[in-house]
Parts: sequence; structure tokens; C-alpha cells
Amino acid sequence: MPVAVRTFTKPAEAAAALSSDRSARFLGGGTLVMRALNEGDVSIGTIVRLDDRALTQIRASGARVTIGAGVTLAQILRERELAFLHAPARLIGGPAVRTMGTVGGNLFAPSPYGDLAVALLALDATVSVMTGYGARDIALEEFLAVRDRAAGSIVLSVSCDRPSNPEAFRFRKVARIKPKGVSVLSIAASLPAVGGRVSNPRIAYGAMAPIAIRAKAAERALEGRTLDESGVSAAVAAAVEGTSPATDAISSAWYRREVVGVHLRRLLLGRDA
Amino acid sequence: MAKTPLQFRHNGLEVAVFVDGGASLLSALRDEVGDHSPKFGCGQGGCGACTVLIDGEPVLSCITLAELVAGKSIATADGLKTGPELHPLQAAFMEHFAAQCGYCTPGMLMAAKALLDRNLSPSRVEVVEAISGNICRCTGYEPIINAILAAAARATERRA
Repeated sequence: MPVAVRTFTKPAEAAAALSSDRSARFLGGGTLVMRALNEGDVSIGTIVRLDDRALTQIRASGARVTIGAGVTLAQILRERELAFLHAPARLIGGPAVRTMGTVGGNLFAPSPYGDLAVALLALDATVSVMTGYGARDIALEEFLAVRDRAAGSIVLSVSCDRPSNPEAFRFRKVARIKPKGVSVLSIAASLPAVGGRVSNPRIAYGAMAPIAIRAKAAERALEGRTLDESGVSAAVAAAVEGTSPATDAISSAWYRREVVGVHLRRLLLGRDA
Repeated sequence: MAKTPLQFRHNGLEVAVFVDGGASLLSALRDEVGDHSPKFGCGQGGCGACTVLIDGEPVLSCITLAELVAGKSIATADGLKTGPELHPLQAAFMEHFAAQCGYCTPGMLMAAKALLDRNLSPSRVEVVEAISGNICRCTGYEPIINAILAAAARATERRA
């Protein structure tokens, strides 16, 4: 069924158009919305686009990086300053999906998709959102919790602090198909260390709940510990706490719960999958 | 609903068509331009059968909004040959039995072209990565990977 396509150049106008029309959906890279249209989603009556160059810009010169919502996964892979995000970006889709899929769109990808959002959650990212009432910044964790009810808001950019060193940020995606497939689960861990001991870790899971979540019990169990067999054991024992994975075509919920601790242990010990 | 006029370059030629609001690039190519080389597979961006190049970059035409390609240059498998001469990739696919039912082939060719346009001597791993978004249910991929490596090797020989 044909839909109306409305293109705006100013975020506020696009946000106003979105919030005034219940059938309007925002089109980023197209990998979610065009797919829905192909599947005959009649709830979509209008597509809203934002043609604003600021959306495709990356600011990564300082300690804090800001990535425009329209930046594609392919763009991330071309940007050396964003090397810490290359692992999750490379593991998403094939080259064509990465040419299209955007950072902003990934925050809306339903489980088991959305691996980049998992990485950004572990990095304590902030989301800059434009609503009908103006722009504001919110924590990604808070954003993910309300995203399905946040009709009428547009993600403008995502910001996070650069990890202090490559070892301080780790990502792992578990898939059944090589070289890549949809996530059985994914894990991202930000592991700042003080004197060899983990301080304020953030561990995030993908496909372990309807949205990307933090493994808060494992984070608490890892605080002040060293990244060796005895140091990580308590975190691994708590790995499954707070998760509510789904059974889908990729994996059963039972399997996801069984293996999340195994993969968390390997990630924390720096071992191969 | 009124149709939207759309102009772009298709395999080097300017084309002008009218598309429905929300129409995909794939439907514009197949239904309006009459190029049936890109295939409709899953409609979800999961199989790669509809892969085409926009300004040299591989995309999935089934989930690309047609209106977004206004003024851009689209390359499809239909434009690979030069007169009766097959493109080296097409010739290599024939020689290495890289097509069986052939449904994935146009997408595979364009994914491979995107790789070879950038990297004329790819490793096997790079070839596997380049076609990792394209599904083939017949060949088991090995003949396709071998064909792409052979086409790359031949192109390198010719330049040497």
C-alpha cells in the first residue's frame, strides 16, 4: 500500500510531523521500516525523513565521541578514532546492511538484533533526542526502556567516553552461523581498572531480554576483583541474574541462559570464543 | 495517492520513472525500469538477492526507499556485460560452476564487484566477508568463493 513520504531539513519540524501523526514512522537507514512495509505493516501511513548533514557527522577528536544518528555502520568501520566500536559494527550484517544501517536505527532494532546498542550501553552512552518539545539528552539505558513509547521523538546523536585502553572495552557476539549470523546473545563489557582491579564495570547483554540490558549482579560481583579465574568466578555465577531471554528461531531461552555465563567468563578472561 | 517522479542513472543511462510513495528501489528497478536482474528474495534485507550498487556501495534494493536514489548512480548485474562480452566475474562464475538455480547470482555478482572495485587482490577471508550478507542454498558457497578469487587473480594478471 502506498504511503506518504515527508522529508524535512530541520529536526524540530520532523519531530513535530512525527508526533502529530500516529501512523508516521521515522526512516533512518531503512533496514527496519522498509522491512516492515515489505511485510505489509498497515500501521505505517507516513514515512518521515530528516535530511540534515549534522546527522551523518562523527566528532571523535577528544576523550568523548559523538556519533550522528545517521552515521552508518560502514562509516564507523572507516573511522580509525572509533576503533573500539569496530568489533560490534563488523559483526552486524553483510557489507550491504552496513552501508545502510545507522547508529540511531540500531537503538530501535528489536531483540535479537541491535548489537551496537549493546556496546553503547556498556559504554554508558548518552542519547540526544529531539521531541516535539525540544532537544534533550538522556542515558541510553533510560532511552531503551521507553523507546517503544517514545513515538514522536528522533534520535539526533549518541555520545560516549572513549575507553581508556583497548583492554578496557570488550565485545563478543555469539552466533550459530560463521562468519556471522543473528545473535544467540551478545555481551559488551567496559572494564576500567585501578591498580589491576576492576573499578565500576559495566556489562551489557543483547538478546537476553526484550531490550539490551545491564548485568547488574555480575557488575557488582566484579567490582574490585582481578580478571583471573578466581576474580571472575562470582560474576560468572551471577551472570544469568535479571535476564529474561526469549525463545526464537535462533535459540531457546533455556540455551541462552545456559551459555551466557560461559561466554561472560571467556570475555572477562580474554579467551577466544 | 499521487506518484512521485524519480530520476537516476541506471547502468550508465539516465532513467526517469514514477514510483508509489514508500516504493522500494527493487520495485522501481523491476517494475518501472524493467531490469529484472535484482531479485526479490526475503524482503527483509536478510538474503542479499536484491543487492545493487548505489554510487559504488552495495545496498539491499528491497529495503532502500526508491526516492532516496534521486540523482544517484545505480549499478545492477544487468549492466555488467559489455555487448556480448561477459564481465570477468560472470565468466569466472560460469567456469567455476558458481551458479546452480541462479537466484542468488545477481546479488552475489554485485557484492563481489563491490569488493573487487576496492580490492583487486582480496584474501579468501575478505571474499567470505564480502558475500556474508548473500545467501546461496545450492552451491555451498565454495564455488562462488573460488570464482571471485579467480576473477580477482585474472584481473591482477591482466594489469601486470
